[in-house]
Amino acid sequence: MSATAYGWLVLAFPLAGTLIISLGWKRLPGRSPGWIATAMIGLSFLASVGALIQLLGDPVDARQHTSALYDYASAAGLNIQLNVLVDPLSVYMCLIVSGVSTLIHLYSISYMTSDRGFNRFFAYLNFFVFSMLLLVLAGNLVLLIIGWAFVGFASYALISFWYRRETATKAGMKAFVINVIGDIGMVLAAFFIFRELGTFDLLSIFSQAPNTFHTNQGVVVAICLLLLVGAFAKSAQVPFHTWLPDAMEGPTPVSALIHAATMVTAGVYLIARFHPLFEIALTAADVAALVGLATLLIAATIALVVTDLKKIIAYSTMSQIGYMVVGVGIGAYSEGLFHLMTHAFFKALLFMAAGSIIGAMANRQNIDLMGGFRRAMPFTSATLLIGALALAAFPLTSGWFSKDEILDFAAYRGGWYVIFTIGGYIGALLTAFYSFRIGFRVVFGEPCEEAKELEGGHIHHAEPANPATEESEDTDVGFPGSTHQIAERELPMKIAMSVLAFGALFAGLVQIPGVDDVVHKFLHGSFLDSKFYEQGPTTTAAYRGLLIGGLISVLGIAIAYYAYIRNRGWTAALQKRFGWAHDFLENKWYFDEAIDLVFVRPALAIGRWSNRVFERYVVQGIVVAAVDLVRGAGAGVRGVQSGYLRSYALLLVTGFAGLGLYFLLQSS
Amino acid sequence: MDITWYLVLSALLFAVGVSGVLIRRSPLVILLCLELMLNAGNLALLAFSRSLGNQDGQVFALIVMVIAACEVVVGLGIIVAAYRRRIPLNVDDLRSLRG
Repeated sequence: MSATAYGWLVLAFPLAGTLIISLGWKRLPGRSPGWIATAMIGLSFLASVGALIQLLGDPVDARQHTSALYDYASAAGLNIQLNVLVDPLSVYMCLIVSGVSTLIHLYSISYMTSDRGFNRFFAYLNFFVFSMLLLVLAGNLVLLIIGWAFVGFASYALISFWYRRETATKAGMKAFVINVIGDIGMVLAAFFIFRELGTFDLLSIFSQAPNTFHTNQGVVVAICLLLLVGAFAKSAQVPFHTWLPDAMEGPTPVSALIHAATMVTAGVYLIARFHPLFEIALTAADVAALVGLATLLIAATIALVVTDLKKIIAYSTMSQIGYMVVGVGIGAYSEGLFHLMTHAFFKALLFMAAGSIIGAMANRQNIDLMGGFRRAMPFTSATLLIGALALAAFPLTSGWFSKDEILDFAAYRGGWYVIFTIGGYIGALLTAFYSFRIGFRVVFGEPCEEAKELEGGHIHHAEPANPATEESEDTDVGFPGSTHQIAERELPMKIAMSVLAFGALFAGLVQIPGVDDVVHKFLHGSFLDSKFYEQGPTTTAAYRGLLIGGLISVLGIAIAYYAYIRNRGWTAALQKRFGWAHDFLENKWYFDEAIDLVFVRPALAIGRWSNRVFERYVVQGIVVAAVDLVRGAGAGVRGVQSGYLRSYALLLVTGFAGLGLYFLLQSS
Repeated sequence: MDITWYLVLSALLFAVGVSGVLIRRSPLVILLCLELMLNAGNLALLAFSRSLGNQDGQVFALIVMVIAACEVVVGLGIIVAAYRRRIPLNVDDLRSLRG
């Protein structure tokens, strides 16, 4: 089979899974929808592997294949086909998306087992993966935007999965609205591209762009900035990031899926995919990198003070996506995409471990309440620590290789790009600290009540309540189920976490500088026209960067050790001393408040004004005037309709006589 | 051929028909007067046809006659039906279409 045939199969399996589960959810017995969904994504992963094998058989400069199923729209010089683009970049993304998603599906079978919405959950989950794969494989801009919007909808459905929780439905709406802002940016960018180049086909856009635009021409910068709006909204970059922490309202596997495999990586993919445009619009690429840097620092500082376990991990995602955006923004494409892969492993792992701990805590998520799970949950504790090590970029873990390669590349670019290296290392220090803030506080220390109960062989059970507001709930459909799952007792969870832990530890070995560079070489086929791709720091510089990164990571972990193990009161003292800074970070740099002040309140005020003034006087005035006019005219004409046949006849005769007279006078 | 007198007769007949329609109240008489107007028109058509040496006017006259016959059939049918149902045969009393 050809590579594109595998590409279609990659899309077909998740779609089939969605349809089977959503049409047959009443008839499918027990937990079978979960297994069907997992199998479908697994098959999709196998098809991705098939496509990979086919591509590896091609020469490096002939690895971009397209295949059209049929004409989607064809009229007036516009030809949009339903086509896929199978090339190293899309296959690489497919492998990550479908691979990590398979494990998350497997985990969910156990995690969601007592939830009354089990079947609905898997239908959504399959649809989510399908949308993401469609986005990644799309061969033209229209199909890409369709996938882009599907991902937005699927995230809405899954964040609001527990739809009887008000906080969850609000979080879903927030995510959807912010994503739609991004969609508008994408659609406008597509319009501009069509106006300038007359095509939506990705490969034609990329081949025509260098001949049409000159460097930093206004319109191409505008296109790239509009694309960035879409990318930032999807990838939760400043200032469109506020939906991501709120998205933690969804079930934990959904958080893992959004953060690791499917959604937030879409922005990074988009920038990498559109690199021919960004290399012409260098200003826009710099904007992307600067926003990435701002995001990674802001998110890392917020993660220092947040106390909700899942939100700490959420902010760490924002921060890590910031690294990737810096990477693809400065031209370090393979490095940024490599970080995307390692991040997918360790972030999915962290969320799964967090889900297991939240299960043991009976759905409570505040890390102030947790502690000392190392004896009660040895497996979860080990995987959590592995995830934290990789996140902290501890030497020889996967995160160490990928993160430092991006920073090395920034140093190699030289000039003012050095700020990315410096800022990145500051971020890395903060990352190491907060990842072990989780590690030390949850795993080590004095066991909390729940951990002691678990050591006695019993999972803590609390009255069901919303962890954010403490409102009491029941366990019917629309709320979480009645039982809590931990990895120690559920084989599917254990398998999924073991595979990811392996990836988090060893995935970095595929790209050791100067040794193998597998990812870099494989992705080359998609970046043949890039002027940055062949460049990069020397092997010596790369190892120097790895050394610095490793030292910073160890330093951050050491500070965390000092703060949370050796000298417990230190952080509380700091918090008291720098209360203003703590408040500032606790309130997430006041982004929500600022957006509320700048956009939400004026919009509401305009709405109220329109209702009170515009609607009442202008709109109603026009309507009332029109009604009065018609009624008055009717009253005037009604007198003529007397009902006397002979008066009608007279009117007719005089009318015709008048007309005849008129024409007679005219003609003479 | 001078057609003045034919046209004068036609105009007179038409005027008689119109005044009948306007003045009389019985639907039967109104129908008769309508026939008078149609035939006045026919006379004018025939006169012009002979004057111009063109047969089209005569064809028109034939068609008008056919239509007039149809119209009378319908009109008389309505009048007979109205008579049988004891509806007053006076157009001034039949005003239900008043606005």
